[in-house]
Amino acid sequence: MAATTVGRRAGMRIPAWRAEIVVAGGAALFLAYLTVVPLAMLLLGAVSASGSALDFQFTTRYLERVVTDQASLELLANSLIYAGGAAALAFALGTAAAWAVERTNIPARSLWYGLALVPLIVPGIVHTVAWLFLLSPEIGWINAPLKTFFGFSLSVYSLPGMIWIEGLHTAPLAFVLMSAAFRAMDPSLEEAAAASRADAWKTFRRVTLPLLLPSVASVLLILFVRALEGFEVPAIIGVPGRIFVYTSRIYLSLKLYPPSFGLAAAYGLVLLAISIVGLVLHRRATRHAERYATVTGKGYRPRRLQLGRFRYVALGALGLYAFLAVVLPFLVLIYASLVRVYSVPSLESLRELTLSNYSFILEDELTRTAVFNSLILGLASATVVVAVTAVIAWITVRTRLPGRGALDFLAFVPITIPGIVLGISLIWVYFTIPIRIYGTLWILLVAYVTRYLPYGIRGTTSALVQIHRELEEAAGAAGARWWATFRYILIPLLRPALVGVWIYVFIISLRELGAGVLLYSSQSVVLAVRIFDLRDSGNYTSIAALSVFLIIVLVTLVSVLQRIGGRTIREA
Amino acid sequence: MTTLRVESLRKTFTAQRGAVRAVEDVSFTVEDARFFTLLGPSGCGKTTTLRCIAGLERPEAGTIRLDDDVLSGDGRFVPTHARDIGMVFQSYAIWPHMTVFENVAFPLRVSEHPPSRAETRRLVAEALVLVGLEGLEERPAPQLSGGQQQRLALARALVRKPKLLLLDEPLSNLDAKLRQRMRIELRELQRRLGITTVYVTHDQGEALFLSHRVAVMQNGRIVQEGRPRDLYASPASAFVADFVGDATFLPGEVVEGGVRALGGIVRCALSEALTPGAKALLVMRPERVLVRSAPAGLVNEFAGTLRVAAFLGDHLDCIVDVVGTELRARAHPTAELRREQRVWVELPPEHCLAIPDDGWRPRALARTFDDDET
Repeated sequence: MAATTVGRRAGMRIPAWRAEIVVAGGAALFLAYLTVVPLAMLLLGAVSASGSALDFQFTTRYLERVVTDQASLELLANSLIYAGGAAALAFALGTAAAWAVERTNIPARSLWYGLALVPLIVPGIVHTVAWLFLLSPEIGWINAPLKTFFGFSLSVYSLPGMIWIEGLHTAPLAFVLMSAAFRAMDPSLEEAAAASRADAWKTFRRVTLPLLLPSVASVLLILFVRALEGFEVPAIIGVPGRIFVYTSRIYLSLKLYPPSFGLAAAYGLVLLAISIVGLVLHRRATRHAERYATVTGKGYRPRRLQLGRFRYVALGALGLYAFLAVVLPFLVLIYASLVRVYSVPSLESLRELTLSNYSFILEDELTRTAVFNSLILGLASATVVVAVTAVIAWITVRTRLPGRGALDFLAFVPITIPGIVLGISLIWVYFTIPIRIYGTLWILLVAYVTRYLPYGIRGTTSALVQIHRELEEAAGAAGARWWATFRYILIPLLRPALVGVWIYVFIISLRELGAGVLLYSSQSVVLAVRIFDLRDSGNYTSIAALSVFLIIVLVTLVSVLQRIGGRTIREA
Repeated sequence: MTTLRVESLRKTFTAQRGAVRAVEDVSFTVEDARFFTLLGPSGCGKTTTLRCIAGLERPEAGTIRLDDDVLSGDGRFVPTHARDIGMVFQSYAIWPHMTVFENVAFPLRVSEHPPSRAETRRLVAEALVLVGLEGLEERPAPQLSGGQQQRLALARALVRKPKLLLLDEPLSNLDAKLRQRMRIELRELQRRLGITTVYVTHDQGEALFLSHRVAVMQNGRIVQEGRPRDLYASPASAFVADFVGDATFLPGEVVEGGVRALGGIVRCALSEALTPGAKALLVMRPERVLVRSAPAGLVNEFAGTLRVAAFLGDHLDCIVDVVGTELRARAHPTAELRREQRVWVELPPEHCLAIPDDGWRPRALARTFDDDET
């Protein structure tokens, strides 16, 4: 049938299926270039004795080192304890909050959903720096009074300190995921248990808990992988405290003399492997969850536990969390941005408040370059990601091309690649192939686009799935050609979702540190990297000013995103 | 004058477990101004057939002709937008970002030669009057009720004055009362406009009510085609008898002048295919079975026990146990019948239909009790 259409060559029109194949083939090549090539180079780099994978000399030196020597075992132990601890803390905080908001009559319930925005508004590096201000051994807001009155201080440069800071920051993610799990659970399942004369405890143990178990497992795994991949806390807290994990070790193998790209690649490979195992287990847990069929898309109205007097205790606990995770860090940053030298606040220091830090970052050439670069990169990566993933989503959702599932898979692969591992992989790629973009904005753009493909594909696919196929078919039946359908039906209906994805990618790209920290040069410095650099030079008050500036920009963007999100929901 | 001819249509889908023949050797003709219905359970290929006619699916084999134009087949495939059709989708597919007016005007605006502004306005108004939506032009489409959306979809399908109207289960998303009313309106509209129509449904009531001709589909094939009353009175198979109307099936061996069943011989007319000794199925429509509390001494009368007598307003839904076989029947709503009482059922020979037994049986007898849970 296809052959006859080509053979005839009667119409001017290219048969639709052929254009599809060209577009899909192009998309597949593009995705393979972004995902398969770096991973292949990482693998080659880990077993390559020379600096380029082209004049390849095989060696197992690096791999042997990362799995056998004593320091590596310590590295593995540290990484697992750090990521496991942070995941457990975030899970405990997030689940308690989710349970309170979803299943009790805690006051101001809808307000707490705002917690979900915290990780978007406060970048990891800003959060980490803020807690350094709070827990610094001598002059931290929390430690200084402890030392004065009780004669001891909490050490932030320790595993518990790292776990505390990371766990506090990722708890909102646990909150979002667990409240979705609570909401998706049909309360009639619990009511049926009650009607079978099970008391509250038996209902919880025999029905609620087993039903939630797959969600619990998957959320814990996500949090674990996230903590493992994180670079901010290990670099800013862990390195000075001499507590090393994989991400910081990769960074150091390139930054300490002599730099070893092979060793960095080998560590990257180990981290990638652990991350992949975690995500595969996560996928298995969620697939299992579907069999439980707790999600039917119905809006459930669960029975809420009446807390009585404890309502305000619960409210206080949630309030305390919000205070520690958002209010206190923000306050300390504002304070630090207004003083010349950071110290414990006193009448004296308050009298000498100054805006000099702000004028410093406004006049600092590198900071201005960083702001400009971040904006350019944000615009470019958001646009490329939306355009590419919209096309891929259309192919996977609307066509019956063979191999379309592989496109979807390829676009999802980067979710398993930690930012810093992507960085070392790209170094290997562009040291090897003769495209000289290392140290320019282009290599950062490649990194950002690769890293955000999964978010893009998720957003555009779910938007397209929600648009009933018949809306497009009706346009065809009404006499509209392909372009008219595209122009008058598809684009207007998709626009809110595409704009939403665009802004989301723009926001997260402004805060990216891990993927950029190995790839930048003084010409291609970006915001998060600039904060990281200022820390190296000990200029903490300027960091505070830049952090406050970044938070204000992000709050503005997030509120725009919220408004668009709200409109999308109303239109649907 | 518009005639649709579908010949030897075939369409295969590749599913996870290999190829699935969705449509196999389907042929039919819809004469001018006729209302033609494809009727069958889900997955029987009726919607795929309709989508092939619309050009939304590309058939592997067969031809589709609208009058003298080949829409599909002989190496030709006219894309959907170039076919002179109007189509109503199951989901209505009302574009949510447009007003009522914009939805109806869309087919005019995207046509090769768009009419003038004034002409567009006139044609849209005309289409809206046709379906009773006049005055709602400026309303955003998502603010319409389900019934109004359905009318809007119809107006949009008709505004171009297409040769052929295609309807894909348009009433299935409406509630029962509205469905009743809409099918009356749809019937009136089609008869008045005289537009050649192909309709797809799984609802036998709709099919019988609306159609000039009905084709019953099963597993991708048309198993019987005919006028509604012929399908009901002379189903060619147990599947058709079961799908079009209610029926009790009595399997039995053919004897001279009847079929051995219910512990005796049920007298009935026999076609030539049914020679003594063959396996046959007796098809009994419940409304043709008479129930009495005393014997009347007639042909085909059998004694039994009344198991169920449920009051349904206009009749009593009865199940009579005749020597272990459950027979459905309808009695007058005022009949004095008690559960577990002895009754006599009469199966009038002229309403007893014997068909060859191809082994097919209704999926679940429980269907019988779906209507009344008394």
